[in-house]
Amino acid sequence: MATSLQRDLIDPVVPPGPGGTGAVAAGRSTAVRVRNLRRTFGAQRVLAGLDLDIAPGEFVVLLGASGCGKSTLLRILADLDHDFAGEVVVPARRAVAFQAPRLLPWKSVWRNVVLGLPGAPDRAVAMAALEEVNLAHRADQWPKVLSGGEAQRASLARALVRQPDLLLLDEPFAALDALTRIKAQDLVAELWQRHGCAVLLVTHDVEEAVLLADRILVMHNGQIAHAMRVDLVRPRQRSSVSFVALRRQLLEWLGVVH
Amino acid sequence: MIAQLIRAAAPKPRGAVVALAANDEMQLITIAPAAARARGVPRLVRRASGPLLLLLLWHVLSVTGLLPDTVLAGPATVLSSTAELLASGELQAAIWTSLYRALTGLLIGGSVGVALATISGLFRLGEDLVDAVMQMLRTVPSIALIPLLIIWFGIGEAPKIALIALATAFPLYINVYAGIRNVDVTLVEAGRTLGLSQAGLIRHVVLPGALPNALVGLRYSLAVAWLALVFGEQINATAGIGYLMSNAREFFQTQVIVVCLVVYALLGITVDLIVRVLERTLLSWRPAFSGT
Repeated sequence: MATSLQRDLIDPVVPPGPGGTGAVAAGRSTAVRVRNLRRTFGAQRVLAGLDLDIAPGEFVVLLGASGCGKSTLLRILADLDHDFAGEVVVPARRAVAFQAPRLLPWKSVWRNVVLGLPGAPDRAVAMAALEEVNLAHRADQWPKVLSGGEAQRASLARALVRQPDLLLLDEPFAALDALTRIKAQDLVAELWQRHGCAVLLVTHDVEEAVLLADRILVMHNGQIAHAMRVDLVRPRQRSSVSFVALRRQLLEWLGVVH
Repeated sequence: MIAQLIRAAAPKPRGAVVALAANDEMQLITIAPAAARARGVPRLVRRASGPLLLLLLWHVLSVTGLLPDTVLAGPATVLSSTAELLASGELQAAIWTSLYRALTGLLIGGSVGVALATISGLFRLGEDLVDAVMQMLRTVPSIALIPLLIIWFGIGEAPKIALIALATAFPLYINVYAGIRNVDVTLVEAGRTLGLSQAGLIRHVVLPGALPNALVGLRYSLAVAWLALVFGEQINATAGIGYLMSNAREFFQTQVIVVCLVVYALLGITVDLIVRVLERTLLSWRPAFSGT
């Protein structure tokens, strides 16, 4: 059993049925611990005995073709999907930014940012978070008038204001145009370095993976098929020789080039 | 022209039709901007002219005697009759009585409808208990309940208000229920990842999300409130617009009947306007309203 301290840090997501094991002893050296994770949709096995460890402060990128189960994994880690079997341990404090910003359209931007925090909505807290993503000037607007990039930044501010130990990002840049995407990727790198939380970013953009990750995992058939540590110095140059080489290796693993 | 030069350079087309087209002079047209196009009579005047022509026709027909007063009083008679009713204070008293009935009925029926919709929208047990009953009762025309209401409540104010309450409960119930059930699931999920409790989800995500539908339900309810009012006031009324009308019927005063019809219409329009203002304020977050 976990000690009381560890219980504060770690919140096991327990599946229903015999797979559930209750609280799991986990050291401070892991932020995420997944063992033999299985998830089926009808007859289709989406996750087939997946193992995953993420260290505190580590930036992990999960790559894979559409429908390979990467979003399913993220939903399980976000405590949104409970119909799984296996062992899943995640930090109690975690936050999610989805592909669509999912801001409540009937609350102003700053109220969206602090929604769900304990106590009365604190404008100062929201403004500080919006400042970080350069969106303070839009604090009193309705979310529907924001551009795609602005809404996504508001969504990031809403995630980071919770001081998460684990930040889950589900293709947050997929719907942005190319120029906005580059800016948003740089912003995420900067925010991650400042906050020091563990990040799991799900994407199908190979360049994005090499740009941001400490470690890249390639999913295939419901399991981690390949893993790659990325030791390039930050900030990374998209055109550097080693960057291009890693990119090519990933594309090979994904079966795009041979 | 350049176009002709290009055509000349292009390979010789075959076939009569194409060859003919190639020989054509290119036609140019000027596309005028919207400001230059809007000429002549302003839109408002054009739209108003239809009803005004109808009014004129009505006036001419009654002045020439083709439309006798016993069938339908002319506009002039209607106008003078309005003035008389206002001077005697009869019309004001009738309007207040009717307005009171409609709004009291709506308040009671609307509260019940919204409360039941919230219960069956939010809780599965509530849905099982309430929704089937409501969907069943909804198919009964509320007007058909008048005989039963008279037996239950007599012939005073109670059956009239009960009829309006019954009629208005259902549109609000159906729309609020649908609104709650149609709330964007992705927003509920997002709220959950933000750590909102069940009560917090209902307060911050579900109920605001159902508001647009609720306001649609309110407008439907108001429409049927007037309808139920007209029917309710035909039964043994001793005050109100309906009473004024049935009195006028006894004495063949068609001008008073027309005045009452106009009042019903004006009341309906006024209340609809109030709901529109309510929508603009409460739904200002929707892009459609951001310009106001």
